[in-house]
Amino acid sequence: MTTNAPRFWRCIPQRYNLIGTHCRSCGEYIFPPRNLCPTCRRVAELEEYRFKGTGTVITHTTIYNATEDFERQTPYDLAIIQLDEGPRVTGQIVSCPEVKIGMRVRPVFRILGKEGDRGIIYYGTKFAPLADFSYESEKSLSKK
Amino acid sequence: MRSVSIIGVGCTKFGERWESSLRDLVAEAGVIAIDDACIVGEQIDALFVGNMSAGRFVGQEHIGALIADCAGLSRRHIASTRVEAACASGGLALRQAVLAVASGYHDIVIAAGVEKMTDVSAGTAADALAAAADREWECFVGATFPALYAMMARLHMRRYGTTHDQMAMVAVKNHHHACMNPIAQYHAELSIEDVNRSPMVADPLHVFDCSPISDGAAVVVIVPTEMARSFVDTPVRIVGSSQGSDTLALHDRRDLTTLDSTVIAARSAFRQADIEPWQVDVAEVHDCFTIAEILAIEDIGFVEKGQGGRVVEEGITALSGELPVNTSGGLKACGHPVGATGIKQVYEIVLQLRGEAGQRQVDEVEIGLTHNVGGSGGTAIVHILTR
Ligand SMILES: [Zn+2]
Repeated sequence: MTTNAPRFWRCIPQRYNLIGTHCRSCGEYIFPPRNLCPTCRRVAELEEYRFKGTGTVITHTTIYNATEDFERQTPYDLAIIQLDEGPRVTGQIVSCPEVKIGMRVRPVFRILGKEGDRGIIYYGTKFAPLADFSYESEKSLSKK
Repeated sequence: MRSVSIIGVGCTKFGERWESSLRDLVAEAGVIAIDDACIVGEQIDALFVGNMSAGRFVGQEHIGALIADCAGLSRRHIASTRVEAACASGGLALRQAVLAVASGYHDIVIAAGVEKMTDVSAGTAADALAAAADREWECFVGATFPALYAMMARLHMRRYGTTHDQMAMVAVKNHHHACMNPIAQYHAELSIEDVNRSPMVADPLHVFDCSPISDGAAVVVIVPTEMARSFVDTPVRIVGSSQGSDTLALHDRRDLTTLDSTVIAARSAFRQADIEPWQVDVAEVHDCFTIAEILAIEDIGFVEKGQGGRVVEEGITALSGELPVNTSGGLKACGHPVGATGIKQVYEIVLQLRGEAGQRQVDEVEIGLTHNVGGSGGTAIVHILTR
């Protein structure tokens, strides 16, 4: 997939710093940022919000067979993470011998990928285990 | 709204059709369907074609006009429309055709589906398919389609005790069905061990948990029910046609083990048809991955949430079971030319309802259902058909 640079630069604040949106009308935290709250729509009062980036692994996989841009990284771990403020994101898990559901993670700034052999290198957020390796039980997660 | 019936169906053989172009495939399926419907091309009022990505696969867009041209209808200047909803493009084409006839705008309408996928490398095909996911927030961080379904599978296993062997049994069953289907891509039995021993793609999904890259086309002809018997003796009525949508990204869904788009589409189709899920005799569901068939039979309402794996293991969805699922071989073994799949599902159910499904014929079929999904569940389309 050929991505031209503006398409990537446009998203740099979100990708580097997990900048999203907070809706003051309903209290919802939204990632990636939107200019329309899915709950309040037109009457929403939106503000920029920087997510803490800590969260919990909801589910995960190890990818052995990737698209061309990610082929050189295989195998790598991918997870859906529930950020502590509520929204979920998809991201790679690094520095972790065994990913588990319920695992607590924190954001790390990493090279996400490279396009082709001479393509642009792009950066973004991956996730690594929180130092204390604490786990949340599936029960407490499903209540959220 | 007028009642709508299917009077003709046609489908090409699915598989690596190196000798055939996209145009050849559509023409091949179209001729069979038009003959089957006992109409001539001049009678066709409008045409809808489901196609996901001819732009990426063969460098050709504007498929609506192309298909009308291939069908020899360019001089009649009929309305010809391409629709796209990723892997649900075929189901969507039928639904648009149904709306056009039901509303009274058109009488004799073609719904087609086509995809020509083997003209590009496997990597290019994978990237074209990945466009059905959220490019910015899934693909950009390294997600692939198998990975998204693998993450659904992992959570389903954790919550409901579903096993990989149960998923493998979906592949084993569908390969068995495909052996009896002349148009299927694969005519080879598969064992649970074969699935387990095949290379891992995205843990827990192996190569044989995934549907293949395929070429193929399928076509159905629909008319108002009141006109149907003037063409053929065994029309098939469309008694439910429904569509649901959901977030593009998997991570934004209410529940990662449920396709709410399917739940909504199925519920609404059953309401239209005024039947209950248990009354369905045979179903074609969207098994792009083995776990997807387990999710589908739960979300359509055939079985309770979490019971899908157990039901497969008990043989209930086998050809000899109470509710045969994917008698065509499904996407898994019949093949998955994405735009054609939704129409091929209808082709199979029509054969079953007419009693023309040969060795894979189910006894006493009165009601059949098709279920077509786009992406990881951003779109779902359900049709209910009866004799
Ligand atoms: Zn709001």
